[in-house]
Formats: sequence, structure tokens, C-alpha cells
Amino acid sequence: MGFPSHPTFSASRRRFLAAAPALGLLPVRSARAAAGLRIGLTPVFLDDQISFNARWRRWFEDKLERPVTFVQRGNYREVVDLLVAGKIDCAWLCGYPYVRHRRHLRLAAVPLWQGKPLYQSYLIVPAAEAAVRGFAELRGRVFAYSDPDSNSGFLYPQYALRNGGENPARYFSRTFFTWSHRNVVEAVSVGLADGGAVDGYVWEMLARIRPTLTAGTRVVERSPLLGFPPFVARGDLPEAEFRAVRAALLGMASDPRGVELLGRLGLDGFSPGTPDLFDGIARMIERMGRA
Amino acid sequence: MKGFEDLSLRWKIPLRVMGAVVGTALAVTIALLVRDYDDMKANLESHAKSLGRVLANTLVTPMLHDDLWRAFEILQSARQAVPAAPELEAQVMVVLDAERRVFVSSRPREYPIGSGLGEGGGILGSLAGMLDPEGPVEQRVFEPRDGAFYFVVSPLVADGVLLGQVALGYSKKAFLPRYLDIALRAGAITLLALAVLLPVSWFWARRTARPLLQLAQAMETVPSQPAAVGLDLPRGGDEIGRLGVSFERMVGELKKRQDLEQQMLASERLAAVGRLSAGIAHEINNPLGGMLTAIKTYQRHGDGDPLAVQTLSLLERGLSQIRNTVAALLVETRTQDRRFEAADVDDLLILVEGEAHARGVRIEVAGRLEESLPLPATLLRQILLNLLLNAVAAAAEGGRVRLGLAAADGMLRASVCNDGEHIPEAQMAYLFEPFATGREKGHGLGLWVVYQIVRELGGGLSVDSEPGCTTFRVEIPYADR
Repeated sequence: MGFPSHPTFSASRRRFLAAAPALGLLPVRSARAAAGLRIGLTPVFLDDQISFNARWRRWFEDKLERPVTFVQRGNYREVVDLLVAGKIDCAWLCGYPYVRHRRHLRLAAVPLWQGKPLYQSYLIVPAAEAAVRGFAELRGRVFAYSDPDSNSGFLYPQYALRNGGENPARYFSRTFFTWSHRNVVEAVSVGLADGGAVDGYVWEMLARIRPTLTAGTRVVERSPLLGFPPFVARGDLPEAEFRAVRAALLGMASDPRGVELLGRLGLDGFSPGTPDLFDGIARMIERMGRA
Repeated sequence: MKGFEDLSLRWKIPLRVMGAVVGTALAVTIALLVRDYDDMKANLESHAKSLGRVLANTLVTPMLHDDLWRAFEILQSARQAVPAAPELEAQVMVVLDAERRVFVSSRPREYPIGSGLGEGGGILGSLAGMLDPEGPVEQRVFEPRDGAFYFVVSPLVADGVLLGQVALGYSKKAFLPRYLDIALRAGAITLLALAVLLPVSWFWARRTARPLLQLAQAMETVPSQPAAVGLDLPRGGDEIGRLGVSFERMVGELKKRQDLEQQMLASERLAAVGRLSAGIAHEINNPLGGMLTAIKTYQRHGDGDPLAVQTLSLLERGLSQIRNTVAALLVETRTQDRRFEAADVDDLLILVEGEAHARGVRIEVAGRLEESLPLPATLLRQILLNLLLNAVAAAAEGGRVRLGLAAADGMLRASVCNDGEHIPEAQMAYLFEPFATGREKGHGLGLWVVYQIVRELGGGLSVDSEPGCTTFRVEIPYADR
């Protein structure tokens, strides 16, 4: 007896590969499978709404007329690494990693929130802690960051402390990462942390759809307006594909289904954006890097 | 005051049985509840221990990576309540680091990150003193005496190094509502069982008590009514049944003895009356004989004064009547007499026939004598004639009288039976006494005479009277004559 015939094996494998992207299940592999587009998602928005993600993905597929896979990971870094390594094609990233890896990435579109491609970082404390007015009262307390690669959830508070002449590494008695903005709100709400840094957009969205969660927190400080987490593409994405993705995003606000999805996201639409939107973040990176 | 001891068995036995049933039910229920309590506690402890082990294993990586949020999420998911068994929910979960400071807790406000065990006070304060400074090597259960909580402490060990400990605090009271629920259910089942058992056992207890009650009732009736007839006595092969049988026998014996006593009393009285009447008759007969002789002498030799003759004749008739009466009282057996023969019976029937015919009474004879008996014929004729005449007089109009005769084994047995009204109980006792008569006619000496003769002949006389059948029986021995 010999080995099973090779053609049979190949054929069944192809069928599997063809079916998998449609289900949105295929894990990222080294092999660039079929002609699907891979979009990485990070907790810059409420990425734990599975049914919404599925509808959004189908919208992408309809617009791009090709299979689309959403790729989600436990933290920003993994998604950035995948993008930089070319294992995914696009990603909705935070401005901080975008700026750091600007050389390898292209800005595809920037979401419009409250009409502008800008957002803020919020400093939140438990609602009951009436005495806390800012970072000053949090010295020596427990602080929750969202992700070390997050602008609003890590970079900005670090920068703010440094700007105030403090050493952010020693300012708090204990810090921890919750790996998503939503969890920062929860950690502060239940009292696990005495304060936390959170994406202002996420906090406002949570206040709209999960008011009980945000009710346990109070915003004590808001950062200056910074560039909203952008949609980026890997630098070597074929121009046609890049344009298609950008066109789809920019046209979202003029498409009925797109408008409905934007409503769920709490966004007004997408703008082309320019890299200088993120100069504020770049300055903060520079300031932190010098230290 | 009436105590339980004085209570009737009718109630006492059922009440005792009820008591036993209720007591058993309670004992079983309590035993089950105690077992349930132990089971529940053991179940709770094993659940807590296994949760502690799982947490200790799961928390190793977050501890090593210093991933506080992951550890918190693990605690949160472990805390998720089981709605069916809320008592299984840990009230507080605290992860301690190697320095025994709070790494993370399920109640961050009360046990904030980084706080020492003793600082928080509260339920963990009691735990602080009990924890081994070296840290536990194995899982342990602490139950502080004063606290409302007990703790399951599991070590967090990676590669033999103690990273920290997980303490799960359970309320000692948390499972009380659930236990109460179980207890209520057990109580309901017990009540249900009792609802079935009590009527059944009540019924059986009443059945058990009944023969005793019957016996007691029979005993109460016996002194006034010494007859076993009509008594409702327990039957059966058990002790009480046997007691009933013995009791019946005893009552029978008692009745026999009472009858015997009464018979003796009657015959003694009759004997006394006999002696008395014999003495009186003798005393009367002596002067009577003289007076009659005097009258006869005067009538034969007197001057024939008509007034005197008339007066003496009156006296003579009166005295003669006295003599006849006295003679009837004084029965004497004449030793010299002929034997009693079958022909005597025929004579008797002829003698009675006139009277019987007048009342339309039929006389039947059962049995006859095969040979003559060595008994004085005159006396026997007198006995039977008296009895037959009595019977004919007592028989119903157009009724019948039956004469039974049998001679065997040296004993003559005669019975005279009539279908008239029976003799009342009150009269029975005095039946054989002189002048005791139930009728308006006659002087009432007939049965007295019969009795005297039968006694003289060494026999016995008895009477049975029931409605529709009154029988006189005479037994006279003749073998030794």
C-alpha cells in the first residue's frame, strides 16, 4: 500500500481554505490565502460586540467584493506586529503605534467623532472618591492603564505626569494593564484601581450603552484633543486594494447600511486624514523618549 | 385528679402507639436532618477545596506575569453564583502574594491591592493571626471561633516556589436558608407519613385494645349476672383469647357452684320444713285421734240430742279435714308394698284421662317398662299421678302432656312435660315447699308430697321451665332394693 494520493489531499485542503475566510474564523497564517482582505481590530472601540463585528465585516465584503477577515488579539502589540510583518492588510489602530511605525504604514482613514477626527484621553476615578480632582490626589494609589501601546490609556497619562515633573514609574504604588479601555472603566468602577486612563470616545460610548458601568466612575481630567485612532494599511498593500479600502470607509456615511453601522459605533463617518493630525502624539513620544 | 394511669386502655393503648409512631418519625427525621447537615457541610467544604485548587492553578500564570487584571477576571468568573446553590458562593476571595499582602481580591474596596491582611480588619483580620508565616504547604481550612466565616486557604505554588495563597471565605450562615428549605421539606414528608401512619396505627391500636376492653366489661357484668351466655369475650389463640376462654370457663364453674349452693340451700330448707311439719303433724295427730275417738264414742253411745249430734258432726268433718291435711303433710313410706309394674302406668293414664278429657289435653307416653321394678307401687303411683295431674292442669287448653319412662342401670327415670305457661323464675325457688301454689285451686301440697316421697326413696327431683315446655324429672334408684 502506498500513501494517499496527493491530488485528493490538495483538493480537500483548498476547499477548507476557501470556506474558512467566509466564516471569519481563519487564523492568520504565513501563507497568504485566497484573495481575502485581513483587517486587524484593537480595543480602540468596543470590539467585544461580536454580532456588530459580523455585520460590519459583511458590509466590508459587499463593498470590497472580496472576502474580509477580522483579526482580533489580546493586546495592541500583537496586531501591530502582524501588520508590520504583513500578515494582515489593514488595522484600526491607536495613534501611538501608528506614529511609532509610521514608516511601514499608510494612513487609510480617520474616524470622525463629534464631527472631528479628534478625541481625548480621560482620567477617571471611582464616583465615590469625591476628593480626587486630578493626578495630584492619586499619588501612591493604584492606577489602571489600558494597554502599553495605547495613546489615551498609557502614553498620555505618562506624558502628563512627566510634564508635571513626576516619574510616572514611581508615582503610583501599583499599576496594571487591563488590555482594553472597557476594562479600565470596570476596574475603576469596582474599586480595584483608584484611578485609570481611558479613551474618551470609549468612555462616552459606554456611558451611552452601559450606563451602569460608567456610573461608578467620574471623569476628573480630559487631555487636549489628539488624533483619533486611525485606520491604517501596511505600506506594501497594493495601491488598488488600498484605494478600495479607503473608498469604502470614506463612503460609509453615504451608504444606508454604513450609516446604521456608524450609528452603532457612535461615529459620524471617516475622513481621509493627514499624518500631521498625529503630531501631538508624536511630540509626546518624543518627550517621553528623551527622558 | 385522674392521671394517665387511670385512663382507659381504649385510649391508653392508641395514645402509646401514637407516641411511639410520632417518636419514631421524629427520630428518623432528626437523624436524616443531622446527616443532611453533615453532608451539606462536607459538600460545601469539598466544593470550596476544589475551587481553591482550581483557582490556585489558574492564578499561577497571572501571578508570574504580574497580570493583576487577569487575576481579577479569574476571581470574578469563579464568583459567579450558582442560583440553585447560593451557599456555594464564596463571600470573599483574596489572593495574597508571597509577602502576604493582597495581590487582588474579589472585594477591592474592602481589601485593596497591596494592603496587609491585618489592616483591613473585618473577616480577614481573623484570618491574619491564623496564617502560618511560612505559608501553607497544603490546602487548609480555618474556622475562626468568633468569626462568621471560615476559610479555605490554598497555596499558589510554581515549580516548588510559593508565589502566594488564595483564601476563600465562606459564610457559616450562608447555607442556613438552604438547610432550612431541606428541613421544611423533610418536615412536610414526615407529616405526610404521619398522616398515613397515624390513622392506621390508631385503628390497629384500637383493635389491640378491644379484647381487653371486652374482658374488662365481662368482668364488670359477672357479679350481677353470673352467666357466660351473652358475654362478648375475645376469641383466638393468643394470650388474651386464651384468657377469654379461661374466663368463660371460670364463669361457668362459678355459675355451677352458685346453682349447687342454691340447691343445697333449698333442700336444707325443705328438710327443715319437712321435720317441722312432721313434728307439728305428730303433735296434732295425737289430740286429733283422741278428739275423733271421743266424737265417735258419743255418736255411738250418746243420748241422741239432735243439736249435739249436728254440732259433733260439724266438728267431725272439720277435724277429719285437719287430719287429711296433716296426713298429706306427713308422708310415710310403707315398706311393705308390691312392685311397680307396667300395668300401673296404664292405671295412671286411666285415672288422669277424665281430667285431661275435660281440658282437651292429649297425653302421650314415651317408653315403657319391660319388667316390674323393685319399687313401692303405691308411692310411685302417687308421684306420677301428682305430676300428671299438675301437668294436665298447667297445660294449655287443647295442649299436650308427655310422659317419659325409662328404666336402666338400676335407675328409673320419669319425666312429665307440659306445654303450658312456664313457671316464673321467682317461683322456682319455692316450688317444692308446702302451700306454694301458682294456682287458685288446690292447697299446694302436691309437689311437696312428691318431693317428700322421692326423698324417702333416695331419688332426685328437678324441674326445667322454659316458655312452652315445663318438664319435671324424677330419678329413683332401685338396684339396691
